Amino acid sequence: MKDFGYTLQPDFSIDFDRNDKRMMLYVVNHEPSLNLCIGCGSCTATCSTGHFTSFNIRAIHTLLRRGETHQLKQEIRKCMFCGKCQLVCPRGVNLRNVILRINRAIEQIG
Amino acid sequence: MKQRIIIIGSGVAGLTTAGVLAENGFEVVVLEKESRIGGHVRKWDRLFPNRRPANEVMEFIEKVLNSSVDLRCGVTVNGVIRHDEEFIVLLSNNETVTGHALVLATGFQLFDAHKKEEYGYGIYDNVITSAELETIFKEGKQLTTNEGKTPHRVGIIHCVGSRDEKVGNLYCSKVCCVTGVKQAIEIREQLPECEVFSFYMDLRMYDRHFEELYYEAQQQWAVNFIRGRLSECSENPDHTLILKAEDTLTGRPLKMTVDIVILLVGIIPDPETGKIASMLGLPIGTDGFLMSGDEHIKDNTTTIPGIYLTGAVKGPASIVNTIADARATAQQITSRFMAG
Amino acid sequence: MINFNLFVLPFFFGLLYMLLAIGKSWYRWISALPAIDKVKVTSGIRHPGQVISALKEVFLEAFIHRRMWKLNPLLGYLHMSFALGWLLLIVLGNMESRFYSGTHLNAPYYPIFLKFFIHDKLVLFFEVYSVPGVFRFIMDFVLLFVLSGLVLAFIKRKHSKWFGMKQTTTHQLTDRVALTCLWLIFPMRLLAESYTAGYYGNGGGFMTQPLGNALVYITPLPSEFIAYTMWWGYSLVLGIFFVTLPYSRYMHIPTEVLLIFFRHFGIQPKKWYSSFTETEVHACSRCGVCIDVCPLRAAEVIDSQAVYFIRGVRDNYVPEEITQKCLICGRCQEVCPVGIKTDALRLIKRRELNSGQATEFRYLSNGHAKPADVIYFSGCMTHLTPTIIRATKGIMTKAGVNYIHLDENQTICCGRPLMIAGKDRQASELIEFNKLLIKQTQAKLLVTSCPICYRVFREEYNIPIRIQHHSQYILDLVKTGKIPLQGNFRRVAYHDPCELGRGTKTFEAPRELLGKVADLVPVRDQTNNAHCCGGSLGIFEISSHQRDTMTKQALEILLEHEPETLATACPLCKKTFSPHSPVKVMDIAELVYQAIPEKELPTISQLPHLSSCFVSAQSRPE
Repeated sequence: MKDFGYTLQPDFSIDFDRNDKRMMLYVVNHEPSLNLCIGCGSCTATCSTGHFTSFNIRAIHTLLRRGETHQLKQEIRKCMFCGKCQLVCPRGVNLRNVILRINRAIEQIG
Repeated sequence: MKQRIIIIGSGVAGLTTAGVLAENGFEVVVLEKESRIGGHVRKWDRLFPNRRPANEVMEFIEKVLNSSVDLRCGVTVNGVIRHDEEFIVLLSNNETVTGHALVLATGFQLFDAHKKEEYGYGIYDNVITSAELETIFKEGKQLTTNEGKTPHRVGIIHCVGSRDEKVGNLYCSKVCCVTGVKQAIEIREQLPECEVFSFYMDLRMYDRHFEELYYEAQQQWAVNFIRGRLSECSENPDHTLILKAEDTLTGRPLKMTVDIVILLVGIIPDPETGKIASMLGLPIGTDGFLMSGDEHIKDNTTTIPGIYLTGAVKGPASIVNTIADARATAQQITSRFMAG
Repeated sequence: MINFNLFVLPFFFGLLYMLLAIGKSWYRWISALPAIDKVKVTSGIRHPGQVISALKEVFLEAFIHRRMWKLNPLLGYLHMSFALGWLLLIVLGNMESRFYSGTHLNAPYYPIFLKFFIHDKLVLFFEVYSVPGVFRFIMDFVLLFVLSGLVLAFIKRKHSKWFGMKQTTTHQLTDRVALTCLWLIFPMRLLAESYTAGYYGNGGGFMTQPLGNALVYITPLPSEFIAYTMWWGYSLVLGIFFVTLPYSRYMHIPTEVLLIFFRHFGIQPKKWYSSFTETEVHACSRCGVCIDVCPLRAAEVIDSQAVYFIRGVRDNYVPEEITQKCLICGRCQEVCPVGIKTDALRLIKRRELNSGQATEFRYLSNGHAKPADVIYFSGCMTHLTPTIIRATKGIMTKAGVNYIHLDENQTICCGRPLMIAGKDRQASELIEFNKLLIKQTQAKLLVTSCPICYRVFREEYNIPIRIQHHSQYILDLVKTGKIPLQGNFRRVAYHDPCELGRGTKTFEAPRELLGKVADLVPVRDQTNNAHCCGGSLGIFEISSHQRDTMTKQALEILLEHEPETLATACPLCKKTFSPHSPVKVMDIAELVYQAIPEKELPTISQLPHLSSCFVSAQSRPE
């Protein structure tokens, strides 16, 4: 970003250029079906965890894609792993493996 | 000698082709498995995007049919034999028909909503399909719940059996989005007090005046649109229904009680098509619809000379596209035989 | 030393090396047992009953190969001829050598190479009724028995189908070396003994003597030299085999013996990699019986079957994909001739991979459930098959049961899906929370529609109430006359869900219940051998296309006898089969519900409903 010699507030927008996309690449490499997501939200709608708390697997996926990894690290821990999301996905995304791989990526990339 | 053309299917596609061919001086035999001609349009009340009565289109198509069109209803195809330049079609009533060309206009079927068990069709009484809603309108009835109450809120569910890998249909059925918007308006028209909520993934208003209809639905009829696909539906003791979807624009799961759920069922190939295709050895696409000679430039012919495809046998199509396609098929047949 | 020749050295040192290596492994495994298991071993040894029953099993499994016989008689004979034949050669050879040396305390090579040392002292060939004659006959007969197995082993390479195996294991280098030596041992012995007998004109049995005479007749080289070379060869292949054995699959031979003793002493597999697991891993003979039965083969997964996975564990190198690529359907476990708990082993490795992953279930902190007699726990998946819930609740209402639908609104997962991923610790948090809710209801019985839940309720919950799958519960209701039935007896094929069938051995209840409302058609592979529907939660890395191929394979078998309906007892199986099945797929509960005469059906308003139970989330600011 160009330095104009002054700042007002930290930039709130997603800084896609600067964000770390390693985690996204790792997950997508290990579970390419994630690329098929059309963001319909069926997974989140049916999610057992989503009934109790703000857990939103569709949003987590979107954050992952944008490289906004700091937010999703806490969120991903809430998943109960029941697999309902996978059963309703109209694109056949292998969601349990996505979650497993995000966890692994957090372990490996930090 | 007049050339004879056999057309399988008497929906919009088959009848339009038949009409044009008859006009051009061919002898035409139309085979229909149902007891009467007309296909799906006969069951439809009004058509998108301008909500004109479906009857008008039917009447126009039927008017073109003249005495050289031989309509045979209640027959299915048992076999097809190619003999020199002719096709001999064996019918279920043991008759045979011989023709110089064969047009497959076997169209489509509606997706069986029972297959989306989580949507509750066939389990909960107040879950109906878009086709059933159309029948209600066609019969001039009021939309009521199964218990006879006037609904306060109706949910319209897009993409039922379309764009869904889990039921084996990856493709978009094209016409449901606009049908959903049309039906939403019609419900509001009939029941001004009733709220209508459409649950969609994408609204594909691809053709002329479709987007305008969407605009009208929002501006004039205050139809609500929620961007989220229904995950499941359950029933309350009073027979109202609870819809579960993610409101993807707020990023939170959403629950909503509605009185009636309308499933916009998608378009799937007619099983009869697959049967005939395997008799003839015609290639079938991964979506189950037939493959034409070339998707861009030979879309009405097939790999077998003398066999033509027209209308929704090649995939979901609107009426206007089907009519245009049927005329193109008729024109190709005409030029082939007239030139020869 | 009279009875000595240099050629015995490869055999002698090979044997010594092998015994030391085996001894070292046994010592390591036994000494690494947890204290409680060591007590079991020491007390087991003192109980002759346990020792004898273990020895009996060692004889039946390691020598007769009883389980192999059950799989396929040819396969059984092949293994028996090698194992039992070799044992007899050793035991009888020892007895025979006593006849010449007057003692059992011979050098270990003496009985093995007996015919080299005592050829000149032998009685004549035709004196068959003498003691040496009888021995010669028996020893030749046993050698022939072993050689017949060898011929079968050769045939199996080309025609594994005759042995009930479509696919055989792909072996590593050490296995190939050991295998080659093993195959050479007995032909070398045959040639060595025959040449010796032929050269001296006596000393052989009904097979070795005539063969030796013929060989000597047709061989241009000096027979004495050839005979001596053959003895060297025999000793060398034995020696190499013994040296490679501890590093090859043949280590399973001594290890299986130890494993059988462990089992008879009551040692249980642990949740973590233990000395018992190590023994199991080394007891795998890599026979490859598990390859054919693996449903993943239909999905063209060919590298992760139990045999390869276990080999990876033994070599301390298992790629993560191999650990994850398993349905945990348990089909291979049922056929394993060594009885290795393949699923448990896979889960142990998954725990090593995934148990560290953090979870955060604090949102489940406020729970409340009203009292009831019976808990109905439908399970997560069942919410996607509402017909099962409606039928089960309808049946319970009809029977006048005071029940509570514990997860009607919000479901806390039972924990099994986490456990199947190796996250037991994380699952236990969910288990504790569910237990709290279950306790609050004060119910005496828990009924679930989901076999996955059923299994974990039974195995991990330790709650003082009865747990039933709905097929068992409904059967009880029918048997006590609480459900009037009017079966229409259509033809139904029943699919055993993995978790219900192999997982909890519930085979009879669903069949008995179905028998009351339908005509069961036969299914080729059923009960223990049932196929996985393809929808298993046990696998992570798999495409939907691969799942579809498994589903289609399972369907093909289920629909062989053209049933009108396919019945199952698992929401996941139903959901997996439905889009692919040409016939209607129904849960057992639905079939029973349909068989209740219409006038007897409860109406929906009679069903207990919403908010009979709720679990609320603490509303926390995000």
